[in-house]
Parts: sequence; C-alpha cells; structure tokens
Amino acid sequence: MSLFMTVRIAIRALRRNALGTALTALGMIIGVAAVIVMVAIGTGARTAIEQQIRSVGSNIVMVNAGAGGFGPVRQGQGAVTTLTPEDAGAIRGQLEGIRYASPALNTRSQIVAETTNWNTQVQGTSDELVELRSWPVQFGSFFSAADVRAAAKVVVLGSVARDQLFGAGADPTGASVRIHNQPFRVVGVLTSKGQAAFGQDQDDTAFIPFTTMQKRLLGVRHVSGIILSAEDDVPLDRMASEVTALLRQRHQLADAEVDDFMVRTQTEMTSMLTSTTDTMTYLLAGIAAVSLIVGGIGIMNIMLVSVTERTREIGLRLAVGARDVDVLAQFLVEAIVLSLAGGALGILLGGGTAYAVSALMHWPTAVTASSVGMSAGVAAATGVFFGLYPARKAAALHPIEALRYE
Amino acid sequence: MTGASPLISVRELTKTYDLGETQVKALRGVDLVVLPAEFVALTGPSGSGKSTFMHLLGCLDRPTGGDYTLAGVDVARLDRRPLARVRNTQIGFVFQGFNLLPRTTALENVELPLLYAGRVGARERRERAAEALEAVGLADRRSHHPNQLSGGQQQRVAIARALVNRPRLLLADEPTGNLDTRTSIEVMGIFQRLNEAQGLTIVLVTHETDIAEYGTRIVAFRDGRVRSDLPVRRRRAAIAEIERLAGEADAAA
Repeated sequence: MSLFMTVRIAIRALRRNALGTALTALGMIIGVAAVIVMVAIGTGARTAIEQQIRSVGSNIVMVNAGAGGFGPVRQGQGAVTTLTPEDAGAIRGQLEGIRYASPALNTRSQIVAETTNWNTQVQGTSDELVELRSWPVQFGSFFSAADVRAAAKVVVLGSVARDQLFGAGADPTGASVRIHNQPFRVVGVLTSKGQAAFGQDQDDTAFIPFTTMQKRLLGVRHVSGIILSAEDDVPLDRMASEVTALLRQRHQLADAEVDDFMVRTQTEMTSMLTSTTDTMTYLLAGIAAVSLIVGGIGIMNIMLVSVTERTREIGLRLAVGARDVDVLAQFLVEAIVLSLAGGALGILLGGGTAYAVSALMHWPTAVTASSVGMSAGVAAATGVFFGLYPARKAAALHPIEALRYE
Repeated sequence: MTGASPLISVRELTKTYDLGETQVKALRGVDLVVLPAEFVALTGPSGSGKSTFMHLLGCLDRPTGGDYTLAGVDVARLDRRPLARVRNTQIGFVFQGFNLLPRTTALENVELPLLYAGRVGARERRERAAEALEAVGLADRRSHHPNQLSGGQQQRVAIARALVNRPRLLLADEPTGNLDTRTSIEVMGIFQRLNEAQGLTIVLVTHETDIAEYGTRIVAFRDGRVRSDLPVRRRRAAIAEIERLAGEADAAA
C-alpha cells in the first residue's frame, strides 16, 4: 500500500476518535511547547549576555594586576604595582596584531559640579578607549593623545553622570567640575550604552587621562590593568599567551614564580558568564523533555487501546490480503501522524508562549531553528518509539483469532 | 467437468487446537477435491469442524497436518507473506457478520482488497470497486456508510468486496446467518449467478439445509470428519423463488 494511502487511512482512523486523539496529542503538544519555551528563554538569556559582552568592544584581551602579598598578609586582586604604562607600550611595540592598548586605572570619587555632586567610578584611560570600545561621543569630543601626554585635567562624562550633575540631556562641554578637589574641564559626553552584564551601569562613569589619574589624583606610577584589542583575524588565546610571555619577561619572573598579573580574553569571559545560563537551559529543557516522554507514553496507551478496539478490523484486513508489514505500517504511521501533529501544534504553542513571555515579562527569548527542528525530530522519534510496540502487536495478530475477537 | 484439474485438493487434513491442558481435535483427517465452477455447501452441527475447515481453505489458519493444494500451489507450507498474497488474489471472503469498516463508504469498503494488491492506481481502484458494487446491484449506494444500509445491502457490499480482486474461489461463512428469509434468497441468487454466469467456484458454510440446496454439492461434517458428500439432486433456483415471492406479494395486495 502506498504511503499516501497509509497516511490517509491513519488520519481517518484518528478522526474517528477525535476527543481521544486530541487529548493524547495534548500531552505531546505540552511537551514540545515546554521544550521550545525553555530553550527559547535560555537562548535569549545567552544572547543578551553575549551582546553585553560584545558592547565592551571586539577582540578584547584584559590584563589585570595580580594579587599581591606572598607573605603572611595576602592582599587582594590588583594590589601588585608592577604593571605599568610602559608594559602597554611594549605590548603594542613588540607584539604583532595589536590594534589598541590602553592602560586603565580606576577610582571611585565624588565629582562636584556647580550646584550638585555625584559619586561615580572615575576611570583613567588613554585616548584610544573611544575606538577600542567603539563608543561615540554625544557632545564635544574625547580627550586627545596630547591631553594624555600632558596629564591634562580634562574629563569625559558618561551619560548618567552627566544627567546627575548637569540635568538630563544637557550639554556641559566647557563646564568645570571638581574631582578630588581639583578643577577639571568637561570636554565631552559619551552616548548611552546601557546596563552591563554585571548589573553595573556602563554610563555611570567619567573618563580622565590615566596619566592625570596617576600623577594628580593618586600619585602612583603603576596601572591596575591594560585593555588590549587584537586585529580581527588574531586568535585571542594565542594573543593571551604571547602577552603573558612578554609580561613575565618584562617583570623578570623566574620560571618558578607565579604571574603577577592576570590575562583574560573576551572568549573566556563570555563562556564564564554563559555557562550558568547554559546549565539552566539544559536543566529546564531536560525537565521539559520528561513531559515529552509522558506524552509518548500517552500515545502508546491510546495506540494499544486502538489495536484492541480494532482487532476485528485488523483481522479483516489480514483476511483480504494485508501483509504483516501493511498492518505494522498502518499503526506506526498513525502514531507518527499523531505525534507529529502534536509536535507541530506544540511548536506553535511554544513559539506563541515565548513571544508572550518577551512581550509581557520583557525577558529576552529566541525560538531557534535548531530547537524547532529538534522538537519535530523528537516528536517523530517518540511516535516511532512508542508506536512500535502497539504496531508490532497488531501485526502479529493471527487472522482468524482477530476476526473472531469479540 | 471430468478431466478438469481440481481447484482445491485436500488430503488427510487435521487441525488440533492446543488449549494447554487439553487438546481439541477439530479436524481428524479430511479429504476433499473441489473442481472449478463447483458450488459446494459445507454443513454440519456446531463443533463438527466445518468452520475450522473453511478457515483452513481460506488460508486464515494453518493445518496441523495433511496437504492442501489451491490452484496447484501447496499453500499449507507457505510463509505468512506469500499466504497474504494468496488471500488477496485467489480468495474472496464473505462473513456472517459482514465485517465492513464502520464510518467508511461502501465504495471504500469494496476498494479495501485492492489497497493491498499493489500497483493498482487510485482511479482503477475506484472504477473496479464501482463495477463490483454494480454487479451486486448497489451502484446507487456507493457513498453510503454501513450503518445507512440494511443487512442485505451490507452483505452485498461484502460480496462486492470479495469479488473486487477477481478471485478464483469465493468462501462464505454462514453468509445468511444474520439475514431474513427473503434477503437470504436474494444473496443466494447473487451467488448462483456468479457461479453459473462466471464459473466462480464457491464454498459455503451453512447449518441451514435449505440454504445448502442452492449449491451443486453438499458436504456434511461430523466430529471433524466428512460424513457424507452428495450432489444436490433438486437444486433450488433463487431467482425463480424471488419472482414467485414477488408474485405472492402482488396477489396479497
């Protein structure tokens, strides 16, 4: 018998018991929808994190000063003072494939404007930061290389800091603020970048030249970190190991000594942050998959009932010349049609629910082709797996016993 | 008819049902030869083995021992798959309970054997089913469902289904068991016409003597053996009886 006829007969048989079919398919629908929604939420969360990390810049390698104090009193991360702006220069001068290298030195400080004041993160950096993080200015301009060389008292405000000090949307270029009781001239305001992955607001900040930070605010010669940006085709892990080797050499570390700095690539940060969401996604999808199995058992149940109810029909089909494989195919196709129809509706329901979740709860969700394909595949496989036993039972029936079945 | 090679040739056929503790010997050695175009009635009381024998003839069951040759093929030793093919192409079945698929039109019920015949297109299937329905006088009932048909009409749909794949042998298991007298005669009329006009071989199981007398030969079973095998001397003619019944009805009116 042709596949087309088999499918037609299967659909007719399923329509004969429409309510039972619908209830059985419901198990499948819920299972598939649950998988789709859970994977959509997980994927959405992952995408959001990746986007935020990408907003830091592209091909980024971060060098941070290491934890210090190898004696009885151990100090925290960044306590070591061996990392210097000269290290940044050396990295750029001696390694290939570096696009930008910007020293970084941060402090929290009260910024005082004419009528208000605001406590924020003041970041010492180089003029390259604006390109490194591809972060355009809204007003004015970023400070220049000359400002860095001269350790000029200029400041570029993040949009939130500007809002707090000068009012929302104001253009304060040329105004004067005080940081650590020293006058700074506002030369620019950056555009808004939004929340970072870690919950802190990237716009609640102010940038000054790192040289100014070193000499005029903190009185130090070291920096707390170096942000590097590699050329597009440079593998970040290779870059990281080259940076490590160079810095060990410059810091004159013997083979036995541990690094007095820490190098992390953007890829590592991404995987670190997404691993939690991935675990959650697998967990939720796993729970959802259990409901798929329950749905499959529902299909097996109704197919077993169907085989029993239709024993005489099977007997008749055998009597008029159906082979075992014809009967097997008939019931197997019925189970597959049932599970695929349930799967298709489940995909629609799951997609709709995911959409509703993003619309109502503002969670990022993403229904991916792979999760849809996987669900459809799992639905079909469930049909085959749970339909096979009832179908084999039907095919093994003895014609005369089936015909006589009351 | 002498000289024609037999359609059915059965020798020393036995069938024992194993019910665990006891064994029921349903057939204790049956010999029978049926020539093409014969119309054989198998009779006997309940438990005589006539139905068991019929199921063996229809390849719905396997004998425990003995030989069964159908149209020159040793069907007793065939595997399940070629056996299904024999049922599909050589044999047509009519049952006491009609065994039509519910919620399926008469035409689709008749098409059923063709679905398993392979290489029969949808259009040919429909045409042949329509022809078969016409042959039993139900051309105008093709899209009716079984529950919209009378018992006699349902049995005629079942006959059309048995004939649609042009079998050589028509097997009927108590085909009039669920029908009233008049409808029974009509069904027997169809059988006689098929037998006489087309030379179709028919084997019929019945426990009613008058139904058996529409055939050409009566084989009586008792205790799993053939007790008697006699030609019908005064064969009843169903068509003449229907006409007479119609005449009586007119006279009464």
